[in-house]
Order: sequence, then structure tokens, then C-alpha cells
Amino acid sequence: MNAKPRLNIGAVRSSFAPWADPSAKPLVRFDQVTKRFGGETAVDAVSLDIYEGEFFALLGPSGCGKSTLMRMLAGFETPDLGRITLGGEDLAGRPPHLRPVNMMFQSYALFPHLTVAQNIAFGLRQQKKPKDEIAARVDEMLALVRLEGLAHRKPDQLSGGQKQRVALARAIAPKPRMLLLDEPLGALDRKLREETQFELMALQQRLGMTFLIVTHDQEEAMITADRIAVMRAGQLAQIGRPAEVYEAPNSRYVADFIGDVNLFEARVTEDDGDIIRLVSPEAPEGLEAIEDDEIAIGSTAWLAVRPEKMRVHLDPPPPGPNRLEGTVADIGYLGDWTTYLVELPGGRTIRAARANASRVVDRPVDWDDKVWLTFAPDSAVVLTR
Amino acid sequence: MSVTGAPRPHRPWKGLGRPRGQPSSEARAAYAPFLWLAVFFLVPFLLVAKLSLSDVVLAIPPYAPRLDWSRGLGGVIAFVRALDFEAYARMGQDGLYLAAYLSSLKFAAVATVILLLVGYPLAYGMTRCRPSVRQALLMAVILPFWTSFLIRVYAWIAILKPAGLLNMALAQIGLPPVDILNTDTAVYIGLVYAYLPFMVLPLYAVLERQEAGLLEAAADLGCTPFQSFWRVTFPLSLPGVAAGALLCFIPMVGEFVIPDLLGGSGTLMLGKTIWTEFFSNRDWPAASAVAIVLLATLVIPILLFQRQQTKMMEQR
Amino acid sequence: MRRGPSAFNIAAIVLGMGFLYLPIALLVIYSFNESRLVTVWGGFSTRWYVSLFQNEQLLAAAWVTLRVAFVSATLATILGTLAALGLVRAGRFRGRTLFSSMTYAPLVMPEVILGLSLLLLFVAVGVARGFWTVMIAHTTLTLCYATVVVQARLVSFDEALEEAARDLGAPPWKAFALVTLPNIAPAVAAAWMLAFTLSLDDLVIASFTSGPGATTLPIRIYSAVRLGVSPEINAISTLLIGLVATGVIAVYLLSMRRRTAAP
Repeated sequence: MNAKPRLNIGAVRSSFAPWADPSAKPLVRFDQVTKRFGGETAVDAVSLDIYEGEFFALLGPSGCGKSTLMRMLAGFETPDLGRITLGGEDLAGRPPHLRPVNMMFQSYALFPHLTVAQNIAFGLRQQKKPKDEIAARVDEMLALVRLEGLAHRKPDQLSGGQKQRVALARAIAPKPRMLLLDEPLGALDRKLREETQFELMALQQRLGMTFLIVTHDQEEAMITADRIAVMRAGQLAQIGRPAEVYEAPNSRYVADFIGDVNLFEARVTEDDGDIIRLVSPEAPEGLEAIEDDEIAIGSTAWLAVRPEKMRVHLDPPPPGPNRLEGTVADIGYLGDWTTYLVELPGGRTIRAARANASRVVDRPVDWDDKVWLTFAPDSAVVLTR
Repeated sequence: MSVTGAPRPHRPWKGLGRPRGQPSSEARAAYAPFLWLAVFFLVPFLLVAKLSLSDVVLAIPPYAPRLDWSRGLGGVIAFVRALDFEAYARMGQDGLYLAAYLSSLKFAAVATVILLLVGYPLAYGMTRCRPSVRQALLMAVILPFWTSFLIRVYAWIAILKPAGLLNMALAQIGLPPVDILNTDTAVYIGLVYAYLPFMVLPLYAVLERQEAGLLEAAADLGCTPFQSFWRVTFPLSLPGVAAGALLCFIPMVGEFVIPDLLGGSGTLMLGKTIWTEFFSNRDWPAASAVAIVLLATLVIPILLFQRQQTKMMEQR
Repeated sequence: MRRGPSAFNIAAIVLGMGFLYLPIALLVIYSFNESRLVTVWGGFSTRWYVSLFQNEQLLAAAWVTLRVAFVSATLATILGTLAALGLVRAGRFRGRTLFSSMTYAPLVMPEVILGLSLLLLFVAVGVARGFWTVMIAHTTLTLCYATVVVQARLVSFDEALEEAARDLGAPPWKAFALVTLPNIAPAVAAAWMLAFTLSLDDLVIASFTSGPGATTLPIRIYSAVRLGVSPEINAISTLLIGLVATGVIAVYLLSMRRRTAAP
């Protein structure tokens, strides 16, 4: 289910790639930033560039340091080592209220004693803007998040989705150089979350503002972001477009964290430029994958294959590499997809997914059926760590 | 990072990321109360400890030695040499002190048990009412807590005295009069009456928080109402029982007003002893020594209470 | 669904409440007794209230008490709020254990000890006892209660609110004044009221720390009570109870209305 690739979305802005341009100046640069809490290293020498107009996601499990990284940018934490610059200017020593970034908090942090309009006006008041200008900007923001009728409500009279939109409007109102979103959709239910993801994306395009989102939800990151930084234990595991981190993960950690994956531990036997051949006790007929990088013969590697790239056959396909034989142990019908758990003779379970493209199937795959799984060499990724 | 409900972010970084020796603005906010308590709580307390090691002399203030700073280190040494445990020794020898000490503990312990027996059914009954009624009852329990302690004790004098309201009522229904005022019974009544809100409030707090689903589950698994009370409700309310018991026991040991006004001349309690030694006998070292002993007795319950408070604060 | 109260529950409530309120009710009723004898009902009268207002000693004591309570409650609330901020927000700092112990200890420490120790301090530094010494003593006691009340509110206060204010451009002091303070205001007010009534009520500590010319109302009442029950004492007690009860109930109703105003 999680494995549903939404590559078309990532591809909409394929022309937008300032990170690929060596002359482009980043808006925010984390330079070897380290942060320790007590004996624990929360952020470990992270270097990262975020460009103007980008929608950037920090993705990782809880406790991986992504929130700390964001809080250091907002000024709530001080890096122990390294530098953070915004528009080329070092932010060290600058308190949160003097930083031109605004944050949307995970708990929304709406001021309960102020109305919706007063909440949105809060940042503008701090900037000592004239009254009529504040009123105009508040109206503009209310229209932007479609809350025109609720200006005089108090936060506890709002639904979860409305609160989320007030928090967003409040953070955008002072026109920050960059908007920070800390798990912005975590408290919403699934349906609303999906809608809001698309709304956020559309909003970011419309405002042309730089967004940095922190999330543990890979789907959220995949849908919204131009680039994703996958974090693990305070370090960056991989940075790339959503399609890159999904289709070309650089480690078993990233492959496993984003979507579902079948991993085969194998030994490299042959490398003839494009095609790498491997042997694994789990695949008696051998494994093959397309890989540009050279990998030492005889070394151990892992072959990663996404479930949706596994084909399920009821009749035996011709023998050859990338062919596995097993029995169906479980079937999960999800409506749009069906997931098969296929047990190999060695006891290992492989996951295969198939889109339910038509309503009626001639020969449905059933429990305990003997099946064959195959995958194309270019569907597999060879990982060395 | 939790995803459900309104998440309260976990803050592992709290107070850890600050460079050493550089207090936060919040820690600096605590300077003023810290200083206040150091000067008006800690220092006086040390004075009590010091005084308990001094001798009585017939002057005001009636104690020796006095620390003579003008003599420098020699003065300090002379001062320390002159300290002694005489006041404590007198306490050990004089059976009256020991009796007062034991009797204080007995009064406080027995009253705590009675308070539990009275307070638990009340708190439990309150949680069984409709929420609106519950709120009103809670208010009714809190209200006496806000009204004067002295006045509430005083109210009992009019009731309990020989020609008082109780005996008048007894005479109306043809019963012989009872002589309660200036006896231990009156002290128990006063203690239970004055401290009942302190017992009910923590009990109510834990009982009210208990999920109704727990009792349904117990009933579903075959418990009678009594069994589900005894096996589910009561064990879960034990933190409240402990909090209430400590909250009542500790101050009751040192109680002065109640034994003084309701008790008789034979009612011995340490609070009263300190008061008498101080105001009537003008034996300040003795009063201080009694205070130190009283406090030493209460250290363990106070620490227990403090730990529980901290735990409850963190749970919220 | 909760089961409703059983007969046993209702009995426990009725008896408990009767126990709590009967003595107070009797005291109030007999304050309106014409007769000087407390147990004999001689008809309704307000004469004891009238004589109360002619008793200059009592009025002077009441005035001292109110002044002490007002000043000490205000000071204790300020100090207590600061202490609560330090305890809740500052995380770990040097001396934190000592500090939190000092804020909890006076809550449970017998008043006799607190009074005695403060008296010794005042004697040691040679200050004349009077209004200011009672005020200081009461501030010390009530500051701890104020700390606990404000602390309980601050613990459940989402710190992200203050961070949000700072993030939106408010310097720390302004973030506190604009966001934290309005939200903890009910607790601060409750702390003040608690401190005020505790100070109003205190006999033991005031006895140790007051001097000539600063006799408080509880001290007066106490010395009168030692001589026996008198309808005048009933009258002043009724006034005090009425004052406090009105205040507490008013605050309670206000907080209820605010809650229902926001569905």
C-alpha cells in the first residue's frame, strides 16, 4: 500500500532543479552542523543546501534528528558545531524572533486566548505594521486558507483541519523567507491529510515560498517535496528527488524506510559493465541486475526489488535468472492493489504487489497456489550497504 | 513524534543543550524566590538547629552561646565548643517529652485512619454522581478548606462544650449528656473535621480519573460490583490514598490549634509542647530541640510526599 | 456509562457534607442570636454585628490582617510564579533539588516550626517584630502554595505557544507577556487568592512573628476563644466565612461561565 509510487507528481516540476546548477546560491546552508543532547548526538555533522522556491522534506523515523535540525534553523536550539547560513548570512547568535523564518508547529501552537484573526495578525504586530495593512493582510490570509467566516472564533471552537489552516496562515502572514513545517499534518485523519498534502503543494507553488517540512510519513514527503533528505540517527542517509530515493536508494536503510522492499543477500560473481550477476541461496537460478557502478567480485551485496516490480505467474516461466518459485502464503486485497506473500522453499517470504487493473480476473491467484515470481534486471537495485 | 490526537511533542532536548555555566532566562527567573527561601526558610532553619544545641540563660534572647564574629576564628571555635546536646539530653530524661512525641504520632496515625474511613466513601460517592452534581460537591468540599481553620475549630467548641449544642440535642431526645470538650475525643473530631478536605481531594482526583470502561470490563469478566470495587477501583486509587494520608498525617503530627483549643490539659502533642516551651517556659533551646526532633520524624514522610508530588507533576 | 450513586453512596455524601457544614451552619445561625448564651435561642438579632463594628481593637486587628494578607499575597504570587517558571521551564540547573525541596517543605512542615525558625531569624538580626515581620513570614509560607498552583498550570501549558510567539518575532519577555501570562492568568489569580486567604487565616506563624501593634485578627480571635464562646466571635467568623465564600464561589462561577461560553 505504502509502495504506491506517485512518480508523475514528482515529475511535474522536473525542470526545477537549482541543486543541479553549480552556480546557484542556496537559500539555506547547513554546514557540518552537529548537535548533542547530553551524551547523545542528535544531529551529526549534517551538511545540506536548500534553494529558493524549493519544497524540501526532512524524512526519518522519530528521534532521527530531523526536528532538531529544523529547530536549529528556527533558532530554538544552538548548534554545537558547524554553521547555518540564510541567504549567505550566518545565523549564529541570532534569537528566534530576529530570524526571517516562520514555523508551523506540530501542535499548531495556536494562542488559545486570541481569535483566529488575532492569531494571524500576531507576527505582523511584532513587525509594527500599520493597522490597515495588518487588517488587509489578515483578510488576504483568511481567504488564502478559506476561513473567511471564522475570523472571530477562538482556536478551541475550530476543527482539527481548521486549526491546521490557521496555523499555516499565521506562519505565512509575516512573509517569511522560508516556512518551516514540523509534522504539519500529523494530527489530521487520513483522508484530510491526503487532501491537505495537495493543498500545501499548490499553495507553495502559488506563493513561490521556500518550504521545509519535517515528517516521518514517507508518503507525505513523496507527494509534497521537490527533494527529500532521508535521515538516520542524526545523519543524512540520502538526498534526492522522491523518485530517486524510491527507485534508486543508496542503502538498505533507505530502500526499506521508503516503501516496501524485498532484499536478497547475495555474493557478486560477475560484473560485465552493465549487468551484475549474483548468487544467493534464496534464488537457485541466480540473480541479475543492471548497475553502472563497479562492485568487487566476490563481495557481498543486497539486491532490492520493490513488490510492485515482482511479477506473479501461475504457469512456470522459462527458467533463468531472477526466477523464484514458491507458494502463496497470504493475500492482502486492498482494492486498488493486491499484495501477495509468497513463501520460498527456504521459508523466506517475498512480497509481490499487483494493480487490480480490471474488475474480473480469469484465473485468480489463490491461497496455497504454486507460483513463480520474476523481475526484470533493471527493476532491481544492487546495494552495498 | 506521535501522530494521533493533539500531539504533545516529546522534548528530549529540554535543558540539555545549554552550554555549561550559562543559566537560561527561566533559571534566572528563579533567582528571586530562591534567594527569598534561602534567607527566610533555610537560614532560620539552621538557626533552630543551632539553638537546639545552646544553653538557656536568663536574658533575652534566652540562649547562649552567641557567635562573636569580632573574635574571628577564635570566636568560632569557642562557639562550637560551647554547643552541647543538653537540650536533647533533657528531652531524653524528661518523660513528658517522650510521651508528647508518642502521643503526637498516635493522634496523627489514628486520625489518618479515621479520615480514610470517612473520606473514601465520600470521595467515591462523589464520583458516582452526574458531572454537574459532581462539580458542585467538589466545590462544597473545597470551600471549607478556604475558610478559616481557627473558626472551624472554634465552631466545635460551641457544639461540644458541657452546656453546648450537642448536649442540648441529647437532652431533647432524652439521652444523658456527654463530656467531650477538652478530651482526646474532641481532638480526634477536630482533626478529622479540619483535615477532611485534604483527604477527600486527592482521593477524588484519582477516583474521578478512573475510566468507567474498567468497571465494565471487570463486570464483563464476571465480577460482582463489590469485587470490581475491591479488585479494580481500590488498587488503582492507592496513589490517592497515599497522597491523602501523607497530606493529612504530616501536618497533624505538628498540629497546635486543635489540641490547644479542643484538647484537655492532659492532651500531649508536640506542636503544643513547642508552643508552651517557647511562650510559657521561655526555654528556647528546648523548643528548638523539640522542633528538630519533630522535623526529623517527619523527614521520611515529607520526602515520600515530595517524590509523589514530583511524579504527579510529571505525569500531567 | 457510569452507574448512578447507590443508597450507600448517597448516605456517604449526605453524612460527609453534613459533617463538614453543620458546625459552620450552627456558628452562622447563632451569630444572629439575641441571647448572649450560645446555646439558648433568644430570637433573631444583628446586635453582635453592631457591637463588632464598635470594637476598635477588633477592627484594628482586621485592618492589620487585611494589609498583611494583601501585601504578602501579592509578593508571594510574584515570587511563586517566578519559582514555578524556574521549576517547570529551566530543566536542570545547579541547586534545583535544593530549590524544589525548599518550595515543597513549607507546605507540609508544621507551622509551629516555621514560625519558631522565622522568629529566631528576626531576633538574630535584631529586627523589631511587627507588620513587616508578619508580612515576610506569610510571604514565605504562601509563596510555596502559589508556586504549586502556578506550577500545575504551567506543566500543562504547551511551551510551543511561547516558541511560536518568538518565532513570529516577539522577544522572549514579550512572548511571555503576550502569550504565557494571559494563559496562566487564572492560575495566578487563584494563587493570589489562596495566598490571601492563608494569610488571613494564619494564627501560629503570626503569633511567633508579630509584635506589639501588629496583632492580627486570628490572634485576637484566638485569645477571645480561649476565654470561651462569644456571639461576637460568631459574628466576625460569619463575616469572614461570608467574605471568603463569596470570593471563592464568584471565581468558580466566572471560570464556569468562561468554559461554557466556548462550546
